[in-house]
Amino acid sequence: MSEEMRVVLRNFGKIDPLNIDDYINAGGYQSLAKARSMNQSDLIDLVKQSGLRGRGGAGFNCGMKWSFSSQIASEQKYVVCNADEGEPGTYKDRIIMENDPQSVLEGMAICGYAIGSSKGYIYCRGEYPYVVETLKKAIAQAKEKGVLDGFDIEVRMGAGAYVCGEESALIESIEGHRGEPRFKPPFPPVSGLWGKPTIVNNVETLANIPVIVEKGSDWYKSIGAAGYPGTKVLTLTGDVANRIFVEVPTNTTLRQVVYDFGGGLVGSKKIKAVQVGGTSGGFIPETLLDTSIDFDSMAAKGATLGSGAVLVMDETRDIVDVIERITSFFEHESCGKCAPCREGTKRLHETVHRLKKGQGIASDLDNAERLGTVMARACLCGLGQAAPAPFLTTLKHFQNDYAAKLN
Amino acid sequence: MLTVYQEIISPYQYLPGGIIEAYHAMQKKYGYIPEDAIAAAAQAFNMSKAQAYGVATFYSYFKVGKRGKNVIRICESAPCHIAGADQVVAALEKELGIKMGETTADGKFTLEFTECVGQCQATPVITVNSKPYGDLTAEKIPGVLAEYK
Repeated sequence: MSEEMRVVLRNFGKIDPLNIDDYINAGGYQSLAKARSMNQSDLIDLVKQSGLRGRGGAGFNCGMKWSFSSQIASEQKYVVCNADEGEPGTYKDRIIMENDPQSVLEGMAICGYAIGSSKGYIYCRGEYPYVVETLKKAIAQAKEKGVLDGFDIEVRMGAGAYVCGEESALIESIEGHRGEPRFKPPFPPVSGLWGKPTIVNNVETLANIPVIVEKGSDWYKSIGAAGYPGTKVLTLTGDVANRIFVEVPTNTTLRQVVYDFGGGLVGSKKIKAVQVGGTSGGFIPETLLDTSIDFDSMAAKGATLGSGAVLVMDETRDIVDVIERITSFFEHESCGKCAPCREGTKRLHETVHRLKKGQGIASDLDNAERLGTVMARACLCGLGQAAPAPFLTTLKHFQNDYAAKLN
Repeated sequence: MLTVYQEIISPYQYLPGGIIEAYHAMQKKYGYIPEDAIAAAAQAFNMSKAQAYGVATFYSYFKVGKRGKNVIRICESAPCHIAGADQVVAALEKELGIKMGETTADGKFTLEFTECVGQCQATPVITVNSKPYGDLTAEKIPGVLAEYK
């Protein structure tokens, strides 16, 4: 039986999230003090060597990202917490912020010290007004206690645009614009919010920081998979018996996630597919369930760890119906800035819709596959690049489901 | 009305990028963003009306123009979809006598689709005025609506 390991959720259920004294009594803000006693480049090296990679989905080495901003001399730099959790099936950032908001603030302040920034923003999705209230209270308490000591944090609300999870679109939104991604380079660590060096880190990434500073990089690196160490908070949805969140070491396999933690499938049905990483993730057939969830192992199977959402589908599910819904999602959420995504998401949805209705022909599959391949390469940002993945992976693993729908 | 809008906007006027916060305040007050408030925002944030309108309409959480007193949004993302969101939609349409996207004649309820609202431990999910209700079935819908009637 696999066991849960709570690093990010270390204080879950043990503290009152709206009482900063609880957090402090549990050792909170000692890591910030320790970080501030260190040389900034040593601090960045520590984070780099821990192997921590971004928990929002892109999986970039966190310390490496910080080093890009720290190297630039600028009067103003920014730390942005990406709390625009919009990947369907994902609610892990909400769980972290609702239950331990101070750990996120502490992580931001540590990042601020490391790169030389005195100002942070939390960009929280508009669908979480109750989380925004929690964050504002937490910030007020931290200010009153003086623990952030010169590091200012402001909360900004998103407003229902999935694309704003992309860091340059998120930055545009904080600036008060339409949330359309920027052309890169320059990347945000060099030129981000109002043209200043900006580190955008996911909630879960930041909540890892205080523990890494406290326990050291060797400790962190020893947990989970070597290439993507630490834990990951997963959220289980779909036909799984236990629709829960769980934090596990990254070398846990998908089968362990679904059966040991998820309790198997409702009604003991057989599993057909698992989509990992949210709605932009690839589909994984039953035969690949023994893959470990870490970023690289997932990528090697043509899938993604992404946000850590795990959508389980039983043998009775109609794959083409689910893909039709997913392609409709991307048509709706495409911001329209670049043609491959604006046109591609629309045509992909049109085609899968036709297939679902039993009106598709064999060439539809070939054309959609070609379109998806072009989108993955030509779209401006991660939204469009990932949008065809559910279709392409199901076409690969569940070709019979599509063939059965052909006119 | 313009002065009322200006009052709502004014706390955010000098906040860098504050127009989105101002729109949130507007929507909190009215449940939507009145058309004329766009002009007030354009003036306050020193941009054209087209730009201010462009920002407001980019974000699906904002609604420009009147809608019902209680806004019911049904999540149609994949986890809710396979959990039976279509049955929840049918039950809501039947109870309220309107179709998705419409508002009841008495102005009390508006039905809208939304994508994931991040309450996926309890699919299918709807929100009423942003408050989530989970694990819904067609049978539970009248009870939820009764809270707002």
